[in-house]
Amino acid sequence: MNLLEILSYGFIQRALLAGTLIALLCSVLGVFLVLRRLSLIGDGLAHVTFGSTAIALALKFYSVMSLLVTMPIVLLASLGILKLTEKGRLSGDTAIGLVSALGISAGIILASVGGGYNVDLLSFLFGNILSIRSEEVVIAALLCLGVMLMLTLYYHELFAISFSDELAQVSGIRTSFINSILVLLTALSVVLAMKLVGIMLISSLLIVPAAGALQLARGFKVCIFLAALQGCSSVLIGIIISIMSNLPASASIVMVNLLFFAAACVIRRLIYPSRSN
Amino acid sequence: MSGAIVSTEQLSCSYREGRVLEEVSFQVERGDYVGIVGPNGSGKSTLIKALLGLVTISSGSASLFGTSLTGFRDWHKVGYLPQSLHLVNPVFPATVRETVGLGLLSLKRFPKRLNRDDNDKISIILEELGIYDLEHKLIGELSGGQLQRVLLARAIVNDPELLVLDEPTAALDPETRGRFYAMIADINRTRGVTVLLVTHDSGAIGEHASKMLYLDKKILFYGSFDEFCCSPEMSSLFGEHSQHLMCHRH
Repeated sequence: MNLLEILSYGFIQRALLAGTLIALLCSVLGVFLVLRRLSLIGDGLAHVTFGSTAIALALKFYSVMSLLVTMPIVLLASLGILKLTEKGRLSGDTAIGLVSALGISAGIILASVGGGYNVDLLSFLFGNILSIRSEEVVIAALLCLGVMLMLTLYYHELFAISFSDELAQVSGIRTSFINSILVLLTALSVVLAMKLVGIMLISSLLIVPAAGALQLARGFKVCIFLAALQGCSSVLIGIIISIMSNLPASASIVMVNLLFFAAACVIRRLIYPSRSN
Repeated sequence: MSGAIVSTEQLSCSYREGRVLEEVSFQVERGDYVGIVGPNGSGKSTLIKALLGLVTISSGSASLFGTSLTGFRDWHKVGYLPQSLHLVNPVFPATVRETVGLGLLSLKRFPKRLNRDDNDKISIILEELGIYDLEHKLIGELSGGQLQRVLLARAIVNDPELLVLDEPTAALDPETRGRFYAMIADINRTRGVTVLLVTHDSGAIGEHASKMLYLDKKILFYGSFDEFCCSPEMSSLFGEHSQHLMCHRH
């Protein structure tokens, strides 16, 4: 099967379109999360997504309808992580660990009570972008539009809190409001990304493009652009490789992403030897 | 009280380990250059943070520009420079120009955008502080002295009326430190900016500051350097030798 043939299939077009949109969101948000040392929030929210998906399936909400259950739970969990960090005298990683443990254990119990892991739940664990439906692409596109709009409107505030919470606060920026926006947008993106790479690999979509971009970027906007470029390219190349080689799409996407990261490290050593230590 | 730029009334702050500030009352007038000195753990940084709303006040009150801190919104009137080493993530990918631009956000309404005039302002301040040639460098690539000047540029690019500095020279060598103090003094004289500077370097600050606030949880002394240097109470508190060391450069 050649490339043109591959691209002529509707399910592949849908996968490439939805995958690119989701990768765009995750990689841009990832830059803010990595710089704020909240990289693992993706993992924590993914585990909550697992628990909430088990609830959705137990309530017989399948496919797109499951979002009606998962979305509000994951949004609430993201705010819970933030509140635990702010008020609970806990560091970010501890708060993420707590919420993550709650999500995954609730998921396991519900899956067990509901008769074990069915196909739907497994597809959420490992992702199944090639089975994405037209209505899911539309939802991904709408949410992507909304998230990108919010990121554009609050770009400078997000930049400021990523640089320093303290300085942002003295500039009159409502840091807890902006932090809430950041984690809520992340929660939305994690729920979307679940279909693309699965719960197990979601955090790589958030972290790896940002980590790659940080190797080479000379400027904050350049960093966001490079992260988006790496994230989207990884999805496109990963999906095509997976079809041509009959490999799982989610793992292929993540492996391509990691190869981009490794290449960025090598390029940095060649171009900026002084920054390599 | 209404004419004061900074005013506190019986201000107290506590952390889990106990009281850090006890009933601190003082006022800073427009154009003052106040050096806040005191031993380690005396509450100097906490006082600054309380005045900027960064730590919770346990009792008493604080106001900026005559407005109680809880209702204060004119943050564009305030420039803040913390200890840079604690602040900057060395891998943060911002350029010097982008970093200085952050200082203009307090002047902007939602959605915050920087325009051509803002870019001109950034260029002017970079020129004034002698760091224009660094504009495209990443902040992680700067030396301690360069980084301090960049953060100072960020703090004053919005033409603040009050500049608050928290041990800004802690990581600098003595020569760079001297140049930095001279730069702050120049900003105070030529722009009329009120300066509140926390430092360990009480001797050096005597060269420039118009007032000194000696803090050890409570205010032990607040007044001009001349008053401090001639005060028999301070002689008995510090000993004549220490007092002389603080005053000899004034």
